Formats: sequence, C-alpha cells, structure tokens
Amino acid sequence: MVYLKLFWSFFQVGLFSFGGGYAALPLIEEQVIHQNNWLSSTEFIDIITISQMTPGPVAINTSTFVGTKVAGIPGSVIATLGCIAPSCIIVVILAKVYYKYKGIPLMDGILQGLRPAVVALIASAGLTIFLTAMFGAESFPISLGDLNWISVALFLVGLALLRKTKLGPIHVMMLSGFVGILIYYVIL
Amino acid sequence: MEKDIKFYWTLFLSTLTLSAFTFGGGYVIVPLMQKRFVKELQWIDEEEMLDLVAIGQSSPGPIAVNASIIVGYRMAGILGSLIAVIGTILPPLVIITIISFFYQAFRDNPVVSALLLGMQAGIAAVIVSVVIDMAAKIIKAKQVLPILMMVLAFIAAILLNINIIIILLICGAVGAYTSLRGPHNQKGDS
Repeated sequence: MVYLKLFWSFFQVGLFSFGGGYAALPLIEEQVIHQNNWLSSTEFIDIITISQMTPGPVAINTSTFVGTKVAGIPGSVIATLGCIAPSCIIVVILAKVYYKYKGIPLMDGILQGLRPAVVALIASAGLTIFLTAMFGAESFPISLGDLNWISVALFLVGLALLRKTKLGPIHVMMLSGFVGILIYYVIL
Repeated sequence: MEKDIKFYWTLFLSTLTLSAFTFGGGYVIVPLMQKRFVKELQWIDEEEMLDLVAIGQSSPGPIAVNASIIVGYRMAGILGSLIAVIGTILPPLVIITIISFFYQAFRDNPVVSALLLGMQAGIAAVIVSVVIDMAAKIIKAKQVLPILMMVLAFIAAILLNINIIIILLICGAVGAYTSLRGPHNQKGDS
C-alpha cells in the first residue's frame, strides 16, 4: 500500500528531524533514496535546489515532491500530512505545558535563559542568509571580490525601508525580487 | 477574544501568507510573525514570540510549521492549531505539486533566478532588521547574564557549529539554575 508507506516514511522524517532546516536532509535521503527508491540522487539534489527557490520547509517540499511523483496529488497530500503529524502532536503537548506552567519561577527561569539563545539562533541564521545574499557563500571564508554590489544596495535600501517607513517584510521581499528581475534579467 | 468565522479566517489567511513568504529558511518566519501577530494583530507580545520560537525549535519538524501550530493553539486551542497548520502547509503543497510537473524548466528559468537573486538581498534586510530589534532589547535591559548568553550562543552556533538543541538545553539549564538561586537576584548577575 503505497499511501501508507508514504505516510509512514515521512512520519519518521517529521519525527526525527530535530534542529530544523538541513538537519532533516540525511533522514529524507535515507527514506526516499535508500529505503524506498522513490528518487534518484540527481532528483534529490534537484528537489533541494527547488526548495531553496520556493517558500516552505525543505521537509514539506520533499514530501510533496516525492508524494506527487509516486502517487499523484493524493500522494503529495498524504506524504505532507505524514511529515507534519509528529510536529502537530508534540508541539501541542509542549504548548499545553508552556501555557500551564508559565508564571512558575522555574519555568520563567528556563524561558529567560532560552530567549537570548533564540535571538542568537535567529542572528546566526541571519548571518548565513546575509553572507549568501552578499557574497554567494554561506559561511566564512568569503572573498571580498565576490561581493555583489547590487545586493548590497538592495540590502541597504530594504533595511532603510523597514526601519524608516511603514513597509513590512513582505513588501520589501516583493520589491527586491521585482528589482532583481529588472536588474539581472532586463538590464544585465 | 470572540472566536467567530472572521477570526478563524484571519488566522488561516495570516498563516497562509506567512508561509508563502518564508523563503530562505525557517527563521525567516520570525520577522513575518513579528510584523503580523505582534504588531498588526497584537495577538502575542514579543517575549511570547521568542518563547514560541524556542518551543518550535525544541520539537521535531520544521520550525515555521511548529511556530504556526503554537500561535494557532494559543489563540484557539486544538482547532486553532489545525487551522494554522493547514494554512502553513498549503502554499508549499500547492507550489511544489505544480512545479513538480515542470521543475527542470523552473530551475533553469532566468527570470526566476533573477527574482530570487534580488529577493535574497531583501530577505537579508528583513532578518537583519528583526535581529537588530531583538538584540537591542536584550542589550538595553542591561543584565550581564542574558547578554553574555546571547553572545556565547551566537559563537557556539556560527563558529563552533554546536547543535542547536544542545545550545537550547544549556541556556535553559542556566536559566533554571538562576531562577532556583533566587528569582529577584538578576540585576548584575554573572
């Protein structure tokens, strides 16, 4: 039964992918290439590339892609549901605990410890995104020669718009994408 | 807050829109959530949002999905979390299903590449802006311990490549220890 297999495979991916983002990739690879032969390695690399080009988590994108390929649109829905089912259950339990014990000194202490860590994690994700956008490299070492001046200009304008006007993140993303088409496709 | 059809529709549309714009990794959901749920709708405050991100990061699964589930749960229980999760998975589900029929053409399309290259810079601005706000808030509180933890956690994540879960465990433990030692003894704590 292919639907059941899709659901169970992506359920395992969803259940064991702690840490987010690309931490899930080895798990997905194991399920879709080695255990089930649903994708070739080339297709797997393709879907990761597509994931970077589209919104949404790589785990969800891969579930949808594999599901469609193996069993059409019902397959994509079932694989995606399998992938998020563990999250739904575990997150709701944690949320219950959080709202029940919030206000208790021990819980507040833990949360006060977690907040600066979360800011640091967002900052580190931000640095990766920043380096990719400016230099085309995800981490150090970077070479100043790779600096994309158009990206720098877009970044500075975007930052100024966010901080000095009422424009929100979505406006700035759409605007920079539009200017991207204008500069890289139409002009260059 | 009264939970009528309009409320659920707002929750659904908000999570749908946020998910449709979460390009470039799960943490991009944070500035989008801050704008929509903290500033515009005022459903949660900023501290609570950081807590939700911490919970989302501590559970398995994509952080953007997890964070939406918690916002939904916070606003309207299990039903809210279901509506939020449907809103969140619909954009990638629909987009990838459509693209999967012509993904090679999509991948090699020069207009798409130009759009994404431009958008990357915008996404960088969005996430850097939210980091400036959040880090400034922690620094302005002028407590040594949180500032120190923020800096060390950043170094651990970016330079030492230490697993995110381990960083969260250590910081949570430090926070628990501090609260046990005396909840009012925080100013100048080191």
